Amino acid sequence: MAEPNHARRFTVLWVVASLIATPLVIVLLGPILPPGNGSQQASGHVTDNTVLLAMATPVLLLVVIYLIYAIIVFRQPKGGVLEGPAVRGNQRLQTWWIVVTSILVVSLAVYGTVRLEEDGAGSGGGPSPVVVPSGKKLKVQVIAQQWEFTYRFPEYGGVEVPHLELPVNQLVELHVTSLDVIHSFWAYQLGVKADANPNVDNVVYVKPTHEQTFEVRCAELCGIWHGAMFDHGHVVSQEAFNTWIAEQQTKYAAATKALPPYSKTYLPEPTRRAE
Amino acid sequence: MSLLVKKVLGIGTAVIVVGVLIGLYVASWATSFPETVAASGSATTTGVSTRLTLQTVAAVGAKYSPAHPDWVSYLVQSHGKWIHSTDYKVPANSDVQITVLQYDGDSGLRNPFLSQVQGTVGATETIDGKTVNAINPEEASHTFAVPEMGILVPLPGVAEEAKDQCEFAPCTMAEAHRTITFTIHTHNKGRYHWQCFVPCAAGFLTGGGGPMQTLGYMDGYLEVV
Repeated sequence: MAEPNHARRFTVLWVVASLIATPLVIVLLGPILPPGNGSQQASGHVTDNTVLLAMATPVLLLVVIYLIYAIIVFRQPKGGVLEGPAVRGNQRLQTWWIVVTSILVVSLAVYGTVRLEEDGAGSGGGPSPVVVPSGKKLKVQVIAQQWEFTYRFPEYGGVEVPHLELPVNQLVELHVTSLDVIHSFWAYQLGVKADANPNVDNVVYVKPTHEQTFEVRCAELCGIWHGAMFDHGHVVSQEAFNTWIAEQQTKYAAATKALPPYSKTYLPEPTRRAE
Repeated sequence: MSLLVKKVLGIGTAVIVVGVLIGLYVASWATSFPETVAASGSATTTGVSTRLTLQTVAAVGAKYSPAHPDWVSYLVQSHGKWIHSTDYKVPANSDVQITVLQYDGDSGLRNPFLSQVQGTVGATETIDGKTVNAINPEEASHTFAVPEMGILVPLPGVAEEAKDQCEFAPCTMAEAHRTITFTIHTHNKGRYHWQCFVPCAAGFLTGGGGPMQTLGYMDGYLEVV
């Protein structure tokens, strides 16, 4: 019996499986991919994760189908001990492999760069971000310290608060910094993650798209109570935010008086004892 | 029994014995927590009140911490004696009056925001008989803070020029100190961590190492039961 054309059979199997699985992945898994749709940036992450997964699906199928095909078709017959033919290089296959994988990797790099430049993707852009979304922004400073995040609102008398509330559908300009060691501000549902380094102003933009509760965590191992740097933030209506911030100004009036003028970074004196 | 079998048995036994000893040592280390000290309850004119008396010292001394006698630390009073523990038990849904005898000098707060009292009954603390809602951040020596309960109490330091400064714990009432009292109201049962926010670890980089990073000195648990 003539040997079947394995390459053709395998290719047909792979193409058919990819044509079925990829749309299913996009339609069924896409909507439940992290981090959800808590902000414009988070929705962007969901789209990006869907694209990555869609591109990875045929690659995964290529490996898995070939593995299964080989196990079934190229299995050793019972009782037979056969030495396979020596395999030398296959220049055509190698060229195709390099070309295809290079195209995949380069296109992902281009896609990632373009997406990053659209709205900053919720990541820290340093003190002078290349991407600055247009529109009126609410400035909020995120101050990390061992072991708590506090938040300062320069446009509201420089009041500092221990919990974060943001108005819905308002573009927010977060200035992330630290007073001691390296932390990382991670507002998961908002798709925001930015390093908090001492004496560095790390700017990140986010636009929450609906009222919600979101988690705030530190994403950089920062000491014994790193795990305790956890809190819930809230996205509320503009009216509720106005009421809340006015209450905070009254509640923390004494602390606000003691604060230094608002600055993009602070370099507090090291403790006198440590000198 | 052949020599080879004897050798294998001997090596196997030795490995098991050493393994068990290592396991016992690790288990003993992993389960050795500081003693939990329960706050004391007493009848007052306003009902039953729970009291917790703490002491903050610049150096805990060899009596309490032979390994780190010069580390800054909290102590707690239990049945009239000072205990080196930072694990305190208090009842749920209750007022707990906490007194801190503060024997340490000031270090200053890195974030002046933490100089305002938060989360205590009345949002105040009483320092040497005077009720305040904030202190000068430069004068802070330590804080007693339970972030998950929204509690933050800044503790001012003893003046540098004060006489009779306490060198090692336990410090006595005759030595220079500040007396800070405040009341917290507990709600749900749980195990909440508390900590100092002042970078007060002498000799460590930016004051944040050693006793700030080791359970049992400048941080611990408040067990609400």
